[in-house]
Amino acid sequence: MTRSAMDGFRATAHELRSLQAQRLMRLLFLMMALLLLVPVLGILGVLVVEGAPGMTWEFFSQKPSKLGAAGGIYPALVGTVWLTAVALMVALPLGVAAAVYLSEYARDNWLTRIINMAIVNLAGVPSIVHALFGVGAFVHFMNFGESILAASCTLAVMTLPVVIVSTREAMQAVPKAFREACWSMGATRWQTIWSIVLPNSVSGILTGLILVVSRAVGETAPIMFTGAVFLRLVPPESVFDRTMALSFHLYTVSTQVTGVPRHVPFAVALTLILVVLTMNALAIWFRMRLRGRKKW
Amino acid sequence: MTRTPTSTHDSLARELARRDAAWWRDLAARLAVSIGGVSTILFIVAIFAFIGSQGFEFAWNRLSWSELFFGTRWEPTVSPPTYGAWAMIAGTAWITAVAMLVAVPLSFCAAVYIGEFATGRRREWLKILVELLAAIPSVVWGVIGLQVFNPMIQSVFGVQIGLNVLNAGLILGLMAAPIMTTLAEDALKAVPDSYREAAEALGATRWQVIYKVVLPHARPGLSAAVLLGIGRAFGETIAVLMASGHTLMAPGSVFDSAATLTATIAAELGEAAVDSDHYQALFVLGLVLFFITFAINLLADRIVRGRRRS
Repeated sequence: MTRSAMDGFRATAHELRSLQAQRLMRLLFLMMALLLLVPVLGILGVLVVEGAPGMTWEFFSQKPSKLGAAGGIYPALVGTVWLTAVALMVALPLGVAAAVYLSEYARDNWLTRIINMAIVNLAGVPSIVHALFGVGAFVHFMNFGESILAASCTLAVMTLPVVIVSTREAMQAVPKAFREACWSMGATRWQTIWSIVLPNSVSGILTGLILVVSRAVGETAPIMFTGAVFLRLVPPESVFDRTMALSFHLYTVSTQVTGVPRHVPFAVALTLILVVLTMNALAIWFRMRLRGRKKW
Repeated sequence: MTRTPTSTHDSLARELARRDAAWWRDLAARLAVSIGGVSTILFIVAIFAFIGSQGFEFAWNRLSWSELFFGTRWEPTVSPPTYGAWAMIAGTAWITAVAMLVAVPLSFCAAVYIGEFATGRRREWLKILVELLAAIPSVVWGVIGLQVFNPMIQSVFGVQIGLNVLNAGLILGLMAAPIMTTLAEDALKAVPDSYREAAEALGATRWQVIYKVVLPHARPGLSAAVLLGIGRAFGETIAVLMASGHTLMAPGSVFDSAATLTATIAAELGEAAVDSDHYQALFVLGLVLFFITFAINLLADRIVRGRRRS
């Protein structure tokens, strides 16, 4: 091949320059992405290093002493389980019902638009505003008093959008043909939903459930005036008891109590993070499994 | 197909025959899920109604709105009490501004890298990592502010107090960035591939495609992401309460301690006697917060929707 024919395939100086620019920008953007991730991972590393020595068996099984400066977090752990479980019992049925309505019944009309708007706003309202709502609605108006029930209801209202969105997404992914096949066999709408749509969107519901748990475990503001207490050494016995909670305990030991050894807040923070991240990792895994299995 | 005329009696009989147990169950289920759907609207209305009912009487009769927004003294417990929230409004604005200075560049660049440059496994892992970061609870961020950033800011900038606007802003920025990354990436994803292909067919490099085609088209989505990030940063409570130093004075620089609207409610609600003026004043602050986030969400929704329509 002659030299002049080869030249047609060689990059011009201009092309080379823009190629270089592209490599540079790619690197730059990677660096910025890492700039977001690396410090946070570093901070998590600090939490692990500082908190791990405090995480002994006694830490999880004993009551706190010296206002939380010593001893363990057992009552707070149990309290968080209570709060989360009750919140789930409220948020899950309500959220799944709303998702069923939006995915299976709602037409594209003004009501649906308002519902969607309400979901977005419910998710966007600051947690302290949810707390004020909880105080006004559940503690005083419904007369639950400061209790697990009031705190959990507040958490449930706050996490409702999470359940709705993840369930609705899974339900909408079920192909229309499945429903039509069921209808054509004479099934009612509800029979179709119950026997075809819901079983096929279980993973979406589970994802919602896990994300609610993760939110409910981590939130502090909504529970601090509706049912969480600073110290209560016995675990709660009914939903009308007040309770300690992991997140609120972390807040108090790091701001309200003096003379707390450095490793204590770190150990509590690490416990919280481990619970929350495990939950979220599980949710992600469920979602990926769903995506992988779905062959329709 | 021809329809045979039927008498009213026939159709009524058939209608009734259709109403077996399954039909009634269907009706009951339909009602139940409709209630679930409408409950979301009820909750939003209830939030407004309950917070309003606690704050409204006070706001109407004994509170001067100009004092609330521009008064510099928030002294609800001295007599006569004053309810000037200017210091908190300024604190909120400062901290949110710093948070956005941190979060916008980081999250947009991360979104562009994840959405446009990265491929395959690396992209999946980055997305998972970003999602996990978004899940770190706010009280944990507060501890990071107190125990990690506080001494760091003190030693790096040589200031007395590390609990200040900078600390809270950094924390909020890092908290808001993962969510904004996800939103921004969605905005990039919404740009049709055919646009990219057209540009590439003209010989554009990847970067030229991003810069000249993708970013301009994703602009409404990206502004919505910033808006929602602002909403998130500004509604954050516990982390800010712990990291900002919570001082009821309008900050003059990023090294001053500050207080936000949200943190003030959290700090004072426990001490205010139920139904006292102080208590009601805090609910008025809550009402202000509610309206601002409501407006931000509606605006973001409108931007994204307006884009989709055109």
